[in-house]
Amino acid sequence: MKKLINRPEDAVAEALMGVAAAHADRVRVHIGPNYIVRADAPVRGKVAIVSGGGSGHEPMHGGFVGMGMLDAACPGEVFTSPTPDQMLAASQAVDGGAGVLHIVKNYTGDVMNFEMAAELAQDEGMEVEQVVIDDDVAVKDSLYTAGRRGVGATVLAEKICGAAAELRRPLAEVAGLCRKVNANARSMGVALTSCTVPMAGRPTFALGDDEIELGVGIHGEPGRERRKLASAHDIVEALATAVVDDLPFGPGDKVLAFVNGMGGTPLLELYVVYGELHELLEGRGISITRNLIGSYITSLDMAGCSITLLRLDDELTALWDAPVSTTGLRWGV
Amino acid sequence: MSGIVTQEGVAAWLRAFAEAVAKNREYLTELDAAIGDADHGSNMDRGMQAVVGRIDGPSAGTAGGGVGALLKLVGMTLVSTVGGAAGPLYGTFFLQVGKAAGEATELTLAQWAAALEAGVKGVQMRGKAVLEDKTMVDTLMPAAQALSAAAASGAGLAEALRQAAAAAEQGMKATIPLIARKGRASYLGERSAGHQDPGATSSWLLLQTAAETLAAGAPAEVPGA
Repeated sequence: MKKLINRPEDAVAEALMGVAAAHADRVRVHIGPNYIVRADAPVRGKVAIVSGGGSGHEPMHGGFVGMGMLDAACPGEVFTSPTPDQMLAASQAVDGGAGVLHIVKNYTGDVMNFEMAAELAQDEGMEVEQVVIDDDVAVKDSLYTAGRRGVGATVLAEKICGAAAELRRPLAEVAGLCRKVNANARSMGVALTSCTVPMAGRPTFALGDDEIELGVGIHGEPGRERRKLASAHDIVEALATAVVDDLPFGPGDKVLAFVNGMGGTPLLELYVVYGELHELLEGRGISITRNLIGSYITSLDMAGCSITLLRLDDELTALWDAPVSTTGLRWGV
Repeated sequence: MSGIVTQEGVAAWLRAFAEAVAKNREYLTELDAAIGDADHGSNMDRGMQAVVGRIDGPSAGTAGGGVGALLKLVGMTLVSTVGGAAGPLYGTFFLQVGKAAGEATELTLAQWAAALEAGVKGVQMRGKAVLEDKTMVDTLMPAAQALSAAAASGAGLAEALRQAAAAAEQGMKATIPLIARKGRASYLGERSAGHQDPGATSSWLLLQTAAETLAAGAPAEVPGA
């Protein structure tokens, strides 16, 4: 394992100290319990949006704290859910009196810890709503699994809900928008290499030099299928077809196309992927009216990418375009 | 009187459970590596070490509030130190047992059995698991039912705890052939069969140590009392 760390067990806390040192103008970092809040929190009269999850997916979620997106993020250990005391403290720190929305990715640990946090917060008289994001089409959604995983749609939901909250939309509406984003978004990813968790010290899974894992999860969970490496054209076709056919997206749909890097893939390759995706969707009569290209929900040093499509209407488009000022996403300001 | 559960007994149980988890740390992690993410032993050990630190810590003596307050402290400590899914599940278990136990410093077998049932209900509510999903519920539910049945039949505390531990062990072993339907292991589908569930195993340690400690120091049992 080659990593720019001191001791594996200190990596998360030291990264948080780095964030605090770099971005004091935008965020405040609290250690013990660990959370990041926007510098001007709490914002009076505004719904507060809180998310969180295991570390190792940066810039999600800490990099999305700021005006127009999240009020707080709770980072857990690498790939490990944060705990309810973190979520409760973060929620208290940002509650501006209009209620708190928790955006939760669908993993067993995250869901349970956020549920407990909501109960604790409600016991203290706080108004809390939770929306679970589960957009990964690689996982079969059945009664017999923990359900689909939350991936790329989380970034889009955080941006869109953050914009709605800035407009002082009430909690029920912001939560409704979050559900709308989740209902209209689908994703799937591919790994060219494994990731390596600092504490583990070795790759999470073994992948041959000429193999790819199609449908991989953001923690290196197994996907749908292991294949021989193929061209970007063929890989995009496999990913995009699975995504398009699942919702399904059809002719005349306007979409936001999000090509996300897993952490170890250069932007050059992501643009190759985007070009292929653009052509494929055009062929199906689906028009990309907004896009996002870059590494926003990563899996440590994994090479690979994911494709997320979100069906847009005028409301979602306007909220996507609204100003945002975070370390990870910034426009209109 | 066929034996009562005391606050001191509960504290002794928690220490014994922490010791058992520490001793089985590698074993639990090994079980988890097969069908999960290989951290159950280390997570539970970290949590229970924190619990022992709290209940034997400098501020513990002044806490008061009976068994309920003690178990609430345990639950909140686990919730904030274990993480993953085990934190909320064990945390909820102790919080609910504590809520049911209330401010009493001593509980009869029937009261203790009811508190345990409340704890198991809490775990089911939190994890939404039913029997045979290959989870800790497979250990806890039969154990709680055995304890209640023993209490209803007039068994003494020590005997009832033994029966609960035996039911727990049976439930734990019964998870081996099951296909997981909850948690990370469920993504493996049929590949999860043939492995004993790590959560069911740590829950067995919980019931096993209860049988070893909770009845200690209880008055001698009178059959049929």
